[in-house]
Amino acid sequence: MASSKFININLKIWRQKNAKEKGKIETYKLDNVSIESSFLEMLDQLNEQLVSERQEPVAFDHDCREGICGMCSLFINGRAHGPDTGITTCQLHMRMFKNNDTIYVEPWRSKAFPVIKDLVVDRTAFDRIQQAGGFVSVNTSGNTIDANATPVPKHDADRAFEAAACIGCGACVATCKNGSAMLFVGAKVSQYALLPQGKVEATQRVLNMVRQMDEEGFGNCTNTGACEVECPKGISLENIARMNREYLAASLK
Amino acid sequence: MAKSAILKSSLAKKYWMALTGLFLCLFLVGHLAGNLQLIFSDASHFNQYALFMTTNPAVKLLSYLTYISILFHAVDGIMLTVQNRKARPIRYAMENPSANSAWASRNMAVLGTLILVFIVTHMVNFWAVMHFDEKMPLETVQVDYEGKTYDFYVTQNTGKDKYIPVDLENSGLEIRNRTEFYDKTGNLKIAEGYKDLHKITFAFFKDAKYGLIATILYVIAMFVLSFHLLHGFASAFQSLGANNPKYNGLIKGFGKAFSVIVPLLFAIIPIYIHFFAK
Ligand code: HEM
Ligand code: SF4
Ligand code: FES
Repeated sequence: MASSKFININLKIWRQKNAKEKGKIETYKLDNVSIESSFLEMLDQLNEQLVSERQEPVAFDHDCREGICGMCSLFINGRAHGPDTGITTCQLHMRMFKNNDTIYVEPWRSKAFPVIKDLVVDRTAFDRIQQAGGFVSVNTSGNTIDANATPVPKHDADRAFEAAACIGCGACVATCKNGSAMLFVGAKVSQYALLPQGKVEATQRVLNMVRQMDEEGFGNCTNTGACEVECPKGISLENIARMNREYLAASLK
Repeated sequence: MAKSAILKSSLAKKYWMALTGLFLCLFLVGHLAGNLQLIFSDASHFNQYALFMTTNPAVKLLSYLTYISILFHAVDGIMLTVQNRKARPIRYAMENPSANSAWASRNMAVLGTLILVFIVTHMVNFWAVMHFDEKMPLETVQVDYEGKTYDFYVTQNTGKDKYIPVDLENSGLEIRNRTEFYDKTGNLKIAEGYKDLHKITFAFFKDAKYGLIATILYVIAMFVLSFHLLHGFASAFQSLGANNPKYNGLIKGFGKAFSVIVPLLFAIIPIYIHFFAK
């Protein structure tokens, strides 16, 4: 019998050899999981068990394990980043689960995020959207302008900062019933559109980023608001509305 | 670039969805105001209103805009839904959508399709009868002619161009366009026989066999509309980019009130006719 600090769980994990092969859900039993451990540490424990049983460990994405890099990306019990809000998967802890719980672990599901292996998906679609316009063109050969020489209203600076908090994890796409990337793109568009440095290229930026978003095969926002709830960085739907405004203005130009 | 962006992009579809949706909300208000006359006005006024609605050129224009909006909204909505399903070719084994979104917001396509079915049924029930049914009864009208007052009404079992005011059979009057009473010799239009939509409507909901089921189905359809609007109204503002913490409360509050009050008032009409009207 596990003590109150340890639980036994049943895991149902998506296993897929590679991008080509079909995957399926496999069931694993894992005992003595400390409720103090993080979700990823629990998966480490599972992988040690699998390795000791000479089975292939479960592949999953992670890097910083402190909620800033945006690599971890698991769909846990029907929710992106698991049963809590305002956190990434690496910030999820096993105390959110009970003894004998069955936990489903699946990769982000999106046409634009194909599975590479097990729980790892290819999120380079986001990179291509960024490359389509998510930057400010700078010429570094001249003199550097003092940052304070360009005044930015505090309100705008705060909104831009909030938008810039997006870590590109893709939870918004994963949780959206339409597989829409508009929270991500809205955040990226907003982060620049709100600042004087970004305004210069605002028209082309929003047109190009939305075009790339559509080309990647992401779905269409229907304002269910699921992304806002599951986003670990609390990116607001206001950013999607801002993108909608920017795009409308840009396409009428 | 800009041109194709405003017509074909994902966002453009959203704008059209929102614009047509909001236009349809306006239509609902107009349609409701007219229909409430079934409760608060008499048959004559309602039938005159119905005639005005089928003949006035400005109203005609608006009604064509409404048909186009419904078609566009429905086609665009279904296209969006199909595209969105393609964006997730492999579904999750375990989903918990109620943790982060409202039921209505996830079921707009189903709700919308039900509304479409209702709209078509509703048009067959009333609009088609009004426009095409040769046997549509005419309301009895009283006309002063050569110093006397006559009752104009329609005999049963009459076909095209045979709406004969029975007590005027030899009066030298004739009926043209099924509703217009002409003086045969002078070719003067003397009166208009209003199509009795009021009678049709009351008969429909008071029908001994089908009246109750029709009433129930109409009320259910208004529930469906209510849920569609509960998400749709505020959603349209977000689609058009109108999201400002200063006004969001107002938009959401107004949207909720609109989504409950408008369908409720519509639903009261068949209930009133079936259970309470004479
Ligand atoms: C009187 C009838 C109707 C009214 C007033 C109405 C109103 C609305 C409104 C205001 C929206 C929100 C638009 C947005 O989010 O930008 C909406 C969304 C939607 N409507 Fe309707 N609608 C009606 C009929 C229909 C019909 C017949 C369909 C047909 C299938 C339909 C399907 C949809 C779908 C799928 C959405 C969600 C699309 C999205 O959010 O992107 N609606 N509707
Ligand atoms: S908007 Fe939020 S959920 Fe979407 S990628 Fe950025 S941080 Fe992740
Ligand atoms: S591993 Fe970096 S955010 Fe989770």
